[in-house]
Amino acid sequence: MARRFTPKVVTANALLEGDVVYLTADDQWVRDHALAELIEDEAHATIRLLDASARSSEVVGAYLADAKSGPNGPEPVHFREAFRTRGPSNYSHGKQEQV
Amino acid sequence: MYLYNEFDEAFVRERVDQFRAQVARRIDGALTEDEFKPLRLMNGLYLQLHAYMLRVAIPYGTLNSAQMRQLAMIAERWDKGYGHFTTRQNIQFNWPKLEDVPAILDALADVGMHAIQTSGNTIRNVTADHFAGASADEIADPRPVAELIRQWSTDHPEFQFLPRKFKVAVTGSPNDRAVTAAHDIGLRIIERDGVIGYQVIVGGGLGRTPMIGKVLAEFLPQEDLLPYLEAIVAVYNLLGRRDNKYKARIKITVHETGLEEIRRLVEAEFAPRKAQFKGVDQQILSNIEQYFQPPSYQSLDSSSFDITYDTNPGFRAFVDNNVDRHRRADYAIVSVSMKKHGATPGDATAEQMRVMADLAEEFGHDELRISHEQNVILPHIPRAHLPALYDRLRAADLATSNIGLISDIIACPGMDYCALATARSIPVAQNIATHFEALKLEHDIGPLKIKISGCINACGHHHVGHIGILGLDRAGVENYQITLGGTGTQDAVIGDRTGPGFAYDQIIPAIERIVKAYLSLREDPSETFLETYRRLGMSPFKEALYDDEAKRDAA
Repeated sequence: MARRFTPKVVTANALLEGDVVYLTADDQWVRDHALAELIEDEAHATIRLLDASARSSEVVGAYLADAKSGPNGPEPVHFREAFRTRGPSNYSHGKQEQV
Repeated sequence: MYLYNEFDEAFVRERVDQFRAQVARRIDGALTEDEFKPLRLMNGLYLQLHAYMLRVAIPYGTLNSAQMRQLAMIAERWDKGYGHFTTRQNIQFNWPKLEDVPAILDALADVGMHAIQTSGNTIRNVTADHFAGASADEIADPRPVAELIRQWSTDHPEFQFLPRKFKVAVTGSPNDRAVTAAHDIGLRIIERDGVIGYQVIVGGGLGRTPMIGKVLAEFLPQEDLLPYLEAIVAVYNLLGRRDNKYKARIKITVHETGLEEIRRLVEAEFAPRKAQFKGVDQQILSNIEQYFQPPSYQSLDSSSFDITYDTNPGFRAFVDNNVDRHRRADYAIVSVSMKKHGATPGDATAEQMRVMADLAEEFGHDELRISHEQNVILPHIPRAHLPALYDRLRAADLATSNIGLISDIIACPGMDYCALATARSIPVAQNIATHFEALKLEHDIGPLKIKISGCINACGHHHVGHIGILGLDRAGVENYQITLGGTGTQDAVIGDRTGPGFAYDQIIPAIERIVKAYLSLREDPSETFLETYRRLGMSPFKEALYDDEAKRDAA
């Protein structure tokens, strides 16, 4: 039996600022992980990544990151992705300073 | 210090103009990221976890006050008000915006600085002893040679696409403060029968496969240096493995080919290359040397120093920890710690940069240095000025007296910034420093170098830490491996792994068990951690590290 597909979000860095961005279901790039499209189907994930990678004048280095469903929207699974939703731990810089 | 001539100036400006056009074409869509990436990396611009990062070279770690102030200006105008000094004598800005980078590069060019070859498979920023030109134990100032190598390697047409990056370090002192044994090429200036030459060490490096460099030439005459370096890099350029990124550094080439064969190939390559050098390099070197003449030393009465030393315990601690012997008895070398307990190792705010620039200008012949240990050095301070300097540093909260102690930790940016990192290193350093500060054990422990890397690439030099910490990702959780007994000096040794790693919340207690074991095992307070480790080996430390843990788990 095939391994169960871990849900994903499409993420990248914005071309101009380098800030972490996520792809929504309606093709917007947003800064908030919880607004990302949670992709539960592997074939759909492949297509969404291709869509995202084609938008190279907006973002850099698009990839699929593991995610899970949470009360307010998708949440990161791996600690690296959790750091990317906030910013560094030594200063309140990056996304966390805008909250 | 070296000042750009018309050629340097024109070259750097032209590169900035080229990059400005490249950025514009990337933003308007004419260049794809695949096309743009090698161009931005050639100019030191990385894309990290949360933002772009610009890595600026500080050749051989030397700055004047105007350059330091310009770094402060850049930090405030285009970044978040601070900069991060690295283990390769670079400064990194963590938050520049893509379209601002050409303006930043122009501002750097205004003070004779650039970000060229701070990335890519090229010869990187040439590093040197941060006490160069000042230290009492020095044979010759390594910086003229480092500058010569910088000029020779910058845009060298043969060496723009090496198998992998290539790092050169130079020391002019038998006490190696430049970690030359852990570089692709390490140069040690030596003297034989009154003649200056170079011991050439090749194939050192840390990272995934740590290796101590091997001596390729015991005594290379001065005039043979550039053709010999060119021969080494040319041999590596052809022989180095391009099939496997992890086997592409010259350390692997030397290891797989054998030192004898490398020496034979280098010597075969050397002869025709030497014939092409007509002595212009030596003329350039003697011209460069004019820029590195000693400052106009002042002879001042040092009695105020003696009185303050005897009466002010804070000043005495500062002098004992942060001040080193200068070649002149009435001068001193002052290390300004960028490791205040709980601060991010190597970070300086714009305000701190300005204070240090002012102090260098006022008291220190306008010279500053950045050490690979991520501190700032004022290399030429009259002893008579030390009390006033100390007061000014204290007022700016820059007088932490911890150089060489447990809180003077090297830490790479780790997963707080770096896209390659597998774990965080900055908070581990912060927590170790504040933990031992709270225990009030730091001065009792004495000299102890802890070095932390957040991935196997070892930017934090963990292999050559007395205690090394390597952060890894073990099944989606941060895990920290410990090595003991490493050192990066003239008797460089790679540390030994203790055994299984520790979770993020267990690493501080683990370090404490090691340190407490040392305190109980040392013969007397004068025996350093490294000496105790060398005398007793791994087993008592391993016992303290793991047996206690097993006991606690069983309880």
